[in-house]
This record gives sequence, structure tokens and C-alpha cells, in this order.
Amino acid sequence: MNTETVNLPDQTDLAKKRDLMQQRVTKSLKRRHSQEQRFRMMGVAAVVAALAFVALLFITILSKGVPAFWQAHITLDVHFDEQLIKIDEKPVRMESESEAEFNQRFLAWQTQLGFINFNRIILNAIAKEIPEAADHPRDAMQLVTSGERFALRDMVRDDPSIIGTTQRLTMLADANIDVWVKGNVDRDLPTSQQQISTLTQEWADELVDRGVIENSFSTSLFMNPDSRSSLASAGLAGAFMGSLMMMLIVMFLAVPIGVASAIYLEEFAPQNKLTDLIEVNINNLAAVPSIVFGLLGASVFILWFKLPLSAPIVGGLVLTLMTLPTVIIATRSTLKAIPPSIRSAALGLGASKVQSVLHHVLPLAIPGILTGAILGIAQALGEAAPLLLIGMSSFVASVPATPFEQSTALPVQIFLWQGNELRNFFEARTSAAIVVLLALMISLNAVAIWLRKHFETRW
Amino acid sequence: MEQPTMGAMQMSFDDKQKVSATSSTIKMSARDVKVFYGDTEALHGINMDLYENEVVAFIGPSGCGKSTFLRCFNRMNDTIDSARVTGEILLDGRDIHDKKLDVVQLRAQVGMVFQKPNPFPKSIYENIAYGPRLHGLVDNNKSDLDEIVETSLQRAGLWKEVKDRLDAPGTGLSGGQQQRLCIARAIAVSPEVILMDEPCSALDPIATSIIEELIDELKGSYTIAIVTHNMQQAARVSDKTGFFHLGDLVEINETREIFTNPKDSRTEDYITGRFG
Repeated sequence: MNTETVNLPDQTDLAKKRDLMQQRVTKSLKRRHSQEQRFRMMGVAAVVAALAFVALLFITILSKGVPAFWQAHITLDVHFDEQLIKIDEKPVRMESESEAEFNQRFLAWQTQLGFINFNRIILNAIAKEIPEAADHPRDAMQLVTSGERFALRDMVRDDPSIIGTTQRLTMLADANIDVWVKGNVDRDLPTSQQQISTLTQEWADELVDRGVIENSFSTSLFMNPDSRSSLASAGLAGAFMGSLMMMLIVMFLAVPIGVASAIYLEEFAPQNKLTDLIEVNINNLAAVPSIVFGLLGASVFILWFKLPLSAPIVGGLVLTLMTLPTVIIATRSTLKAIPPSIRSAALGLGASKVQSVLHHVLPLAIPGILTGAILGIAQALGEAAPLLLIGMSSFVASVPATPFEQSTALPVQIFLWQGNELRNFFEARTSAAIVVLLALMISLNAVAIWLRKHFETRW
Repeated sequence: MEQPTMGAMQMSFDDKQKVSATSSTIKMSARDVKVFYGDTEALHGINMDLYENEVVAFIGPSGCGKSTFLRCFNRMNDTIDSARVTGEILLDGRDIHDKKLDVVQLRAQVGMVFQKPNPFPKSIYENIAYGPRLHGLVDNNKSDLDEIVETSLQRAGLWKEVKDRLDAPGTGLSGGQQQRLCIARAIAVSPEVILMDEPCSALDPIATSIIEELIDELKGSYTIAIVTHNMQQAARVSDKTGFFHLGDLVEINETREIFTNPKDSRTEDYITGRFG
């Protein structure tokens, strides 16, 4: 009883205190809300900025690169003049002949073919469109890219029966014509600074008006290897093949080795100082600048193992070393995320350690492993620095048939084209090569996403 | 709180009196079993016998070592790097730490059900079929395997609920069903002993009572050891109860005795709810 009377003033006091508390909470609430709001705004702003940059990147590259897939072509009636193409009949292998003998004969015939002046045939074809061209062969030959004469030669080699006929052929225009026609060069520049003569400029404009020179889709970017003599036909085929071979090497070396080591380290290795040391070093390796791997490759694979310079095999091995830590780390974190209860369940049923891993843990880890592996491969695909150090930045004008042949790679090709002196033409070509590389990477990532979804939806 | 609980236990003892026909064959026995985690001794020399067709419940406060001790019986402690087990554990008179005895074989004989239902993320059928296939209990014969799957699920009281969807993922079942699936999976390899580590702790009361009934049925064919935090459960399902405290087996006796007439004051304190 007594306490109650004493408590009464206390209670009003308490109510006051509560009121005060409430006010404070309301006040702080306002601050907290605005803080939250600010934080969200910053997050949204960051995302928007990032997206804007990505969009800007894509817009620039696509707007520059996509036009390079369309090139100036010149359509001419080419007469394979039998007066100019004077060669023996194409040798056919006789039964009495050995293969070597036949090859020798065939080679001799090809040499004969090589001496034929196909430039003259092209010039005659141009002269049909522009009669005065016959008097200015030097100016006229600036219209068609120099590689086309070899194309004509190959046509005759493959089918000598076209000699004497007239074929309507669409040929690649010279790179400078392409630049001129597309308006990628300042037409007001004085003649001394122009790549093509005034006469050629006039002819080009005239042929465009007559529809002889047309801007049409060109496969040369995909089908041809790099070229320095015939710039208009310089393509990515060699670099693409080189990159493909290296990716295959990385896929078949880095993924199995990386996954196996990750499984061993995560599931079987005892936890001790040694495995700790290994783990720390793997994490460090993932952070080593890729150019260091290039140095390693140059000194180990080329100087020590005597593997050829500029070969995809060496590139593949170097990129494998570079990708291994990524694959190991991704696989280990995936394995760590598999609930231990699955392992206990299998072990409790009497499965051996290996069985519990192979039957239960690994199938669950596959989506994560695949994602890690493909991201690692995509990273290797875009890498140029280590390849420069093993000689893959050299100019290679052929498509490699084996990983031991000289080759270059897509990112290195981009680097080479970017530095080409005919900027007006190669700026677009470089962007086109970047488009191809990006398309390859996006499809690799899409495959990764698809694989992950595919294996995930199984359970 | 205490009074009605004890009353309920009393009743269940009376029910059980009729059923409990304890055989006296020792199935497994532990002699001076100590477990070390690194340098810490978690169990201080435990002696215990598990009798055939009997259910032994391990009770005790958290961290007292009852689960650790349970895991000694099928050497699951081997899977923990830092754990070390000393002492002797016999299965039918044979030392389970014997080099000649393969741990795989031991685990086929001594099955285990875990605290959290842990079905494989595979179909219900595959969950059950995995063990028999692993141990080659069937000669690649589909109908034999089907039969094992069916009987195991029937014994676990799950057959009626899942027979139409054996291809459905085991992880899609409810918690109680998952735990029964795990029990079915354990009995599919026809073990002799089943270890249960708090099998009902993640389940609701109805699922719990179904599992408890199941345990009662299963003890006709198996030796069962069960760790539980639920003293009523221990009272309901077990024939013998062991009370663990701080790594010691304080007392083990007929369940009825433990709950009505504990010898040790610590046991009494625990079961009357004074600590733990």
C-alpha cells in the first residue's frame, strides 16, 4: 500500500520519460530514414553509372566495328584471256607415276601459273569499265586490292577450263578505296597527303555512281588470315584459329587439373601447415600479373622445353598456368558450399570417402565448377599480355593447322591492328575484331549460364 | 510443469511394461572410450553395453558428449580431422577399430540417422537404392531393388505416402517425411544397429510421434541407440537411458528407474529440470 502511493509520482515521471524517449526515437527515425535513402540513392547511382559506361562502350565499339563487316566491292567482267594465260594442261596423275613424281609435276605447273600476270587481266577488266584506265595502269590498280590477283590465280588452278571465258566477279576494293568511298578520309586534303591519286579518286566516285563499286557484306574478315600487302582482305581467321586452339588446350588442361587439385585440397588433404601454405600460394598466384606468366612461359616452355615460338601450344600452356588458380579457387568455394550433411549421409551409409565425393558432392558442385571454369577460360581468351612475351605478337599470314605452327590470337590481333599505320581503315577493323572477341566471350558466358541452369534444374 | 510431465511418463512406462521383453545378448559394447578433440578430452572413459532389440536413449545437457559418444559406434568421428578415439568398442565381440575390419563394412552394419534430415538431392527411389547398390546387396536386378525400396519405405511407414511419386526428389518431402526417408535409407542396407542423433529435433510433434512409433516397431529387428534432448521422448521410446554430463556417463539404467528413482543427484537435478 505504502509503496503504491510512493510510486504514483514515479509513474507520471515514467510517462514523461517515455514521451521523451518516443520523441527521440522519432527524431532519430527521420535521420535514419534519410540515411537509408541516401545510401540507396548512391547504390542506384553507382549501378546507373556502371550501366551507362557499359552502354557507352558497346555503342562506340558497335558503331565503329559493325560498318567494317561491310566493305567496298567492285564487280567486273573478268576475261581469262588465253593469250595472257599460256600454260600447259593441268597435270593429272597417271597410273604409272608415283605420288612424289606427280607432286613434282604439279609443282612445276603451279610455278608456271605463278609467272602469269594476273594484274594485267584485272587491268583489262577495269579498262572495260573505264577505257582510259588502260593508259594509267598504276592508278587503275589502286582500285582493286592486291590480294585479288591470287584469288584469280587460285580460280585458274582449281578449274583451268575457265581460261578463255569471261566471268562476272565481285572483287574486294582496295582498303584506300574503301576509306574513300565510306568517307572515312577528309576529301579536302591536298593530293600530296592522299593515299590514292586524283585520277583514282575520280574513277572511284564514277564507279560508285554507276553501281560498279558497292558496299556489301564481306566474309573476308572471318575467312582470311592477317595480311599486310592486301590490307582490305586482312582477316581474323588465323587469330581466331590460334585462340580456339589455345582455348581447347586450356579447357583440357586447366579444368581437369584445377578441379582435381581443388577436390583433393578440399576433401582429402589433411589440414596442416603445408596445405595452408599451398592455399595461400594458390590465392597469391591468382593475383600475379598475367605478364609474369608470359615470362615464365618464355623461359620454361620455349628456352627449356624447346617448344616453338609464337605457337598456340605455348600460349595454351601459359594461359593454363594463368587460369589454374581461378579454376581451383572457384571449385574450392563451390565444394565448401555443399552442405556437409550430404557427406555425412553418404559416409553413414558406408560409402567410402571417394564414393561420397564422386556420387554426391561432385554432381552438386558441377554447376559451380562449370561456371568457374568457363569464367577462367573467358579470362584467358581475352588475355594479350603473356602472349606478347612468347612471340605471339608477330605478323602471321597463315591459318595454323596444328598448335605447333606459328599463330597469333584474337586479343593480340586487336593489338596489332590497333597499331596499323592505315588508321582510317584499321580503326573500324580493330573495333570489328573487338566485336568478334566480345561475341565469343558473351557466348562462352551464355554457355556457362545455360550449363549452370541445366544442371541446377535437375534438382 | 514437473508434475504432469512425470505423470505422463509414468503412464508410458506402464504401457511399455508389457512389450519390453529385453533380450540379454550384448550387441555392442564400449570399454573406456575416450574422445579427444585436439588436446581437449571430450569423453572421459565411457563403458556401456547395447543389447539386442533394445532402445537405449542418451540424455544430458548440450555439449555433454552424448552425440560424440554415439558417433563412436560407427566411427563417424573418423571424419573429423581433429578427433581421436581411444578405448575399445566391440560389435558382436569384434573390435571395430580392428585394422582388418573395414569401416565401410562397419557402417553397413551400424546405420545412422542424423539430427537434420539429410536426404540426397536425388529421387526418393535413388535415396533408398543407393545403399544396397553401393554394397552390392542386389545383383543388378531391378525387381530385387524395387523390393528393397518398397520394404524399406514400408518399414519406415512412408510407402503409402510416396509410392506414387518415387521419382520425385527426396528433398521435396516434408521434414518428417524426409526423416522417415532417411530412416528407410538406413534400414535399406539391413544394418544390425541403428544410431539416431536427435532424429526428431527438427520435427513437429505429430511427425515426432510418428517417428517414435517407428522406433518402437523397429526395435523388434534392430538394436537402437538414440540421442535426445526431449526427456519425455526418452521415457516413451527407450528401454534403457544413460545420462551424460560433462563428458561422463553419470548413470545408465532401466529407463523407468532413471526417471523414477535416479541414483545420482545430478541425474535427478537434470530430469526434474533444475539444470540443463
